[in-house]
Amino acid sequence: MAEITMTQALNLAIDEAMAEDDGVFCLGEDVAAKQGGGVFKITSGLTEKYGENRIRATPISETAIIGAAIGAALAGQRPIAEIMLMNFVGVCMDQIVNHAAKLRFMSGGQTPCPIVIRTTTGVGVGFGGQHSDMLEAWFAHVAGIHVVTPSNAADARGLMRSAIDANDPVIFIENILCYGLSSKDPGPDYRVPLGKAAVAKQGTDISIITYGRTVLDALEVAGELEKEGISVEVVDLRTIAPYDEETVLASVRKTGRAITLHEAVRPFGAGAEIAANIQEKCWDSLKGPVGRIGGTFSAVPFASHLEQAWIPNKSEIVEQIKASVGKA
Amino acid sequence: MAEIDRDKLLDIYTRTMKVNRTDEKFRELLMQGKVAVMYYCVRGQELVSAAAMAALEQDDYVVCTYRGQGEQTAKGIPIEKWWGECLGKATGTCKGKGGTMHITDPATGIMVTTGVVGSGIPIANGLGIASQNNGDGRVTLVSFGDGAANIGGFHEAMNMAQLYKLPVIFLCQNNRYGEHTAYADHTDSPDISSRAAGYGMKSLKVDGNNVNEVYPAMVEAVEYARSGKGPVLVEAMCYRMMGHFFGSDFSYMPEEHLAEMTAEDPLPKLRKVMLERQFTEEELDKIVADINAEIDVAVQHALDAPLPDTDEIYKDVLEETA
Repeated sequence: MAEITMTQALNLAIDEAMAEDDGVFCLGEDVAAKQGGGVFKITSGLTEKYGENRIRATPISETAIIGAAIGAALAGQRPIAEIMLMNFVGVCMDQIVNHAAKLRFMSGGQTPCPIVIRTTTGVGVGFGGQHSDMLEAWFAHVAGIHVVTPSNAADARGLMRSAIDANDPVIFIENILCYGLSSKDPGPDYRVPLGKAAVAKQGTDISIITYGRTVLDALEVAGELEKEGISVEVVDLRTIAPYDEETVLASVRKTGRAITLHEAVRPFGAGAEIAANIQEKCWDSLKGPVGRIGGTFSAVPFASHLEQAWIPNKSEIVEQIKASVGKA
Repeated sequence: MAEIDRDKLLDIYTRTMKVNRTDEKFRELLMQGKVAVMYYCVRGQELVSAAAMAALEQDDYVVCTYRGQGEQTAKGIPIEKWWGECLGKATGTCKGKGGTMHITDPATGIMVTTGVVGSGIPIANGLGIASQNNGDGRVTLVSFGDGAANIGGFHEAMNMAQLYKLPVIFLCQNNRYGEHTAYADHTDSPDISSRAAGYGMKSLKVDGNNVNEVYPAMVEAVEYARSGKGPVLVEAMCYRMMGHFFGSDFSYMPEEHLAEMTAEDPLPKLRKVMLERQFTEEELDKIVADINAEIDVAVQHALDAPLPDTDEIYKDVLEETA
């Protein structure tokens, strides 16, 4: 099987869904052919196939973009809205939180809102404080939304198809640093179900619960520590909310130790919720407190060395694992 | 503009009185303490809603606000379900989970009722995009007040609608107050409709208390949008003859304003037009009596209806919990 990058995987998934269902359409800033098919080229080549009504380049109007996606979904379409960078959700939160997430509930089930909101972010590219944040916890805290992020190209393809299939809003977070990652192409029609984590690496001493780009860090650290006799299990959530509690708890019951790891800032992060849940439900299996690793509680800085100091780094992960398993 | 067809006039009158009697009944129930919920009175704006809904087809889409009773009942929402929802009952349109600010009934085209000022405006565009993409010939009407015209989403949505030539009618019911703030204290430009020019959009400004102005304007807007020419901003001048919500103080409205709105009350004016068009007092009274009787039955039904199961708080969160 051929290799594909995450960029190609996302493009293929959207292309297939659009070919299968006339109701699937994309809207967002710069997404059409005239603008080059999106700043990260995810919708490249699709205008030529499906026309400008189904690849709608929008004004720079995030509230209008999400509002339009919601309205179209209420009328039976399956919009894929792009919010170019995740920090820009700040200018359309009302539409996402008060409308997309709640319309199914508030209408007593009459108006589900099947929209995919694709968005990009990531620390390590030097984009500074307003283009880099991982804001998944904002959405995980709202009932009525799926929050998804792939760590590899194959999952990106399968998660995107499932996100488009879903009959509820999905926030689909793409990490800029993962776009170039390659996987074996899982082929058309491949689905990764929402709400299902993957055990990215089996281990017996400690579970690292993570998602997105930091899965790569966890895997790298796990490989290194294997040589030192520490067996690390890496759980890639894939869906951050509602997350696969069963897989997480099963992993922790097996290893007896856990650390949550994400790029987003540590206080009140998704890792805090997961750690609390593990402590409530796996108390008898735990050999020590659940650790949490996350970004520094400040704005993402610009200068490269500051950015690297800000982000959870591999030595920090190694230290915490060793402290947890008692080999510090 | 030709005279409004007599049957259509009767239709508008019937819808207007349906809105008005519903409003009166709601206030009566609140005053008697039989019901204790948030309700946003529509007294003074009945005709605008009725004329707008009379200009639409049954399957056209409507997006309205917490002050949306007029659009909802005039569009033809089943009133037993409407009252059920307003009273928080299991028989309501939304099983008692939406309430007065979130009435939804897709079967009659009431797609979204929002409690956040101006938020429905961008959503209306999406309904319009769906119609444009699938060619179903529907138009979408979104109703909002003058206060909503100052929220960012209004500007974003107006620009986008015109860019795509969407079949959307933006109906601004300029009732001269944004919550407690008078028009002149929140906006310096003389009207909302003139903003349309800034987006290249067609606009109409009409006296919302005059059926012979407001209905033809709505028809013109609907025809324009349906023909594929693009959206229209209609500004219907009217008055909110009560406070922002039921029971709220409106002593901030100056005496002259109260006198002006009483003089412009759309109901006596409409009644006069009806009589001029040879409808009899008896005919008109009969219509109102029938509406009252229908409302009484619906209210009683809603009062007697069961409360939603408490399990409902876990349902309809995501499809898995439907």
